[in-house]
Amino acid sequence: MRLAEIITAGVMALLSIYLMWKSTELNVGYITGEGPGGGAWPFWLSGIMLICTVMIAINWFRRTSPPSRSKEVLLDGYGRRTLVLVGGGLLGFIALVNIISMYGAMLVFLVYYLRFLGRHSWTLTGILSISLPVTFFLFFEAVMRITLPKGMQFTEPFYNYLNTIIY
Amino acid sequence: MEILGLLTDGVLVSLMPINILLIVIGVTLGLFIGAMPGLGSVNGVAILLPITFLVPPGSAIIFLAAIYYGAMYGGAISSITLGIPGASTAVATTFDGRPLAMKGRASLALVTAALASFIGGTVSNVLFTIFAPMLAKVALAFGPPEIFALMLLAFATFVGLGGDDIPKTILSICLGLVFAAVGFDEISGAPRLVFFDIPGFLHGINFLVLAIGVYGIGEMIWTIESTRGEITTTEAKMSVKGIVNDSKEGMKRGWKGTAIGSFLGFFVGILPAAGATPGSLMSYGVAKMVARKPGEFGKGHPGGVAAPEAANNSASTGAMLPMLTLGIPGSPTTAILLGGMVIWGLTPGPRLFIEQPDFVWGLIGSFYVSNFFAVLVNLAFIPLFIWMLRMPFTVLAPLIFVLSVVGGYAATQDMHDVWLMLAFGFGAFFLRKLDYPLAPAVLAIVLGPIAEPTLRQSLLLSSGDATIFFTRPIAGPITIIAIILILLPLLKFIRDKFSGKTKREV
Repeated sequence: MRLAEIITAGVMALLSIYLMWKSTELNVGYITGEGPGGGAWPFWLSGIMLICTVMIAINWFRRTSPPSRSKEVLLDGYGRRTLVLVGGGLLGFIALVNIISMYGAMLVFLVYYLRFLGRHSWTLTGILSISLPVTFFLFFEAVMRITLPKGMQFTEPFYNYLNTIIY
Repeated sequence: MEILGLLTDGVLVSLMPINILLIVIGVTLGLFIGAMPGLGSVNGVAILLPITFLVPPGSAIIFLAAIYYGAMYGGAISSITLGIPGASTAVATTFDGRPLAMKGRASLALVTAALASFIGGTVSNVLFTIFAPMLAKVALAFGPPEIFALMLLAFATFVGLGGDDIPKTILSICLGLVFAAVGFDEISGAPRLVFFDIPGFLHGINFLVLAIGVYGIGEMIWTIESTRGEITTTEAKMSVKGIVNDSKEGMKRGWKGTAIGSFLGFFVGILPAAGATPGSLMSYGVAKMVARKPGEFGKGHPGGVAAPEAANNSASTGAMLPMLTLGIPGSPTTAILLGGMVIWGLTPGPRLFIEQPDFVWGLIGSFYVSNFFAVLVNLAFIPLFIWMLRMPFTVLAPLIFVLSVVGGYAATQDMHDVWLMLAFGFGAFFLRKLDYPLAPAVLAIVLGPIAEPTLRQSLLLSSGDATIFFTRPIAGPITIIAIILILLPLLKFIRDKFSGKTKREV
């Protein structure tokens, strides 16, 4: 955890510098008659962030913050596994949205999580993974009239058919 | 006593069968729309506005006000049961609502939220009835310097919210404010902080993208990881007796927060451009500050649920005040209501009270009635929400993830935001592990779009002279209090550093 603390502070410092640099695309000073330039607000805030990262580094050096004293590792085997399985699942879910539509991706993700991570029965998995996308579809498309992504072309006939039911 | 007579007429109007029916449907719809992350009262009111053209204007605005009320109650539900704020107004409710739910006291949190909302709504209704025209003038005296001073005060209270590590808290606030600056520079119109020229950044970073990333994804993965998957969300059982006991406990421990939220929320709510979100955040901060044991806040204190919930309801009534009396909307939702009124042929403004007294008092009467039905409907649905929490975590977690992804998309309808949300989620997971407080970042991204323009307008007014924040009669005292609040923990921090002792707060 101690190593992670200083690395994170370093990353945040780099981020602050990047944000400061990015802010200079607009004027960061005071323009007479126009007030502070468009970049001033984010520029000075990023400057404060940079100062904060220096203070975090000082705390790290003096070992005054809890993570800088901790001897635990940031992620042990279980942590890494969780991050890969759960985070990776989410990544897959979102990546699938543009291919097989929001509702299709939802179904796949629910089956993956409930059956393979949660080890629930196929019955429960089936009920939830089908009823949830259907409920969402009815709520968003029929009641709220908000269209969620429909994925690639091949899903079109299917959704056209569903639309004839709800409209 | 003329007011009382008019009010009675108003209440009687809203008690007509058709209006009662509209109120019950409205609060129920509002409750579910509010509870859905990504959708808030704005969406509910905007989407259902066309439906109201089917009924007379008086009934229509009553229906919309009922949705508005219902959504204000509903925001707390996802904050408490799922840990994802249902709307920006309910961000502060997660701080103590979620820990209470994790301790198996979800029913206490939900009941406290419902009752505090009811009291906040009632107090603001009474204040509204008595002081409407007078307060409209006070609110008008708030120019950009005063609003900025108020924002500064809100940020000052956050420094106290972050816990022990001051540099990390300030870093978190600044990060949220910089994220809020992404998109277009409002004054010059130039694109700003469009990272790697990705067009998705042009519309800015919606606060929900950060909020859902932090709470719906980062916090969830953290919970799964830190509990090693051995998590049981709640053992709560529901019974009438349980609700009665929870009501007693909620009121006993939450009355102070409720009182603060009811009054502070109303006042912040009537300020144009401020509204319910800053109102609820500030109430949480103040309630924590005046609490006997501030250390209990953030770990599951009913007062921490009561303050923001009383405030957001109180503020939503307050926000109606400048809309009706001056024609200036105090929040996005009231802006839509205003649009509706114009379509119905009503002109909001000082003359509305004189020319359309039936309409105005019918509306005010409906606030009282809507509020009453909202608390009943809300209490009736609590067992359903508790039942949701009793699901095994391996069922609840994927549901929360699905809600997060859909909610992240629904807010702006852009897949770019869903990816950004996932990135924030992973970032939040690591920062959370290293004790970075993330709530201040979420609060800052909400208030940033108010703070920056008011700062720049103020400096423009004074030709760059920063003393404008100290010399104006209302802004001056607020700024000074804010600076003292920011300096206090900093001074303590410096003193502790030099005396070389390890800090242990409260």
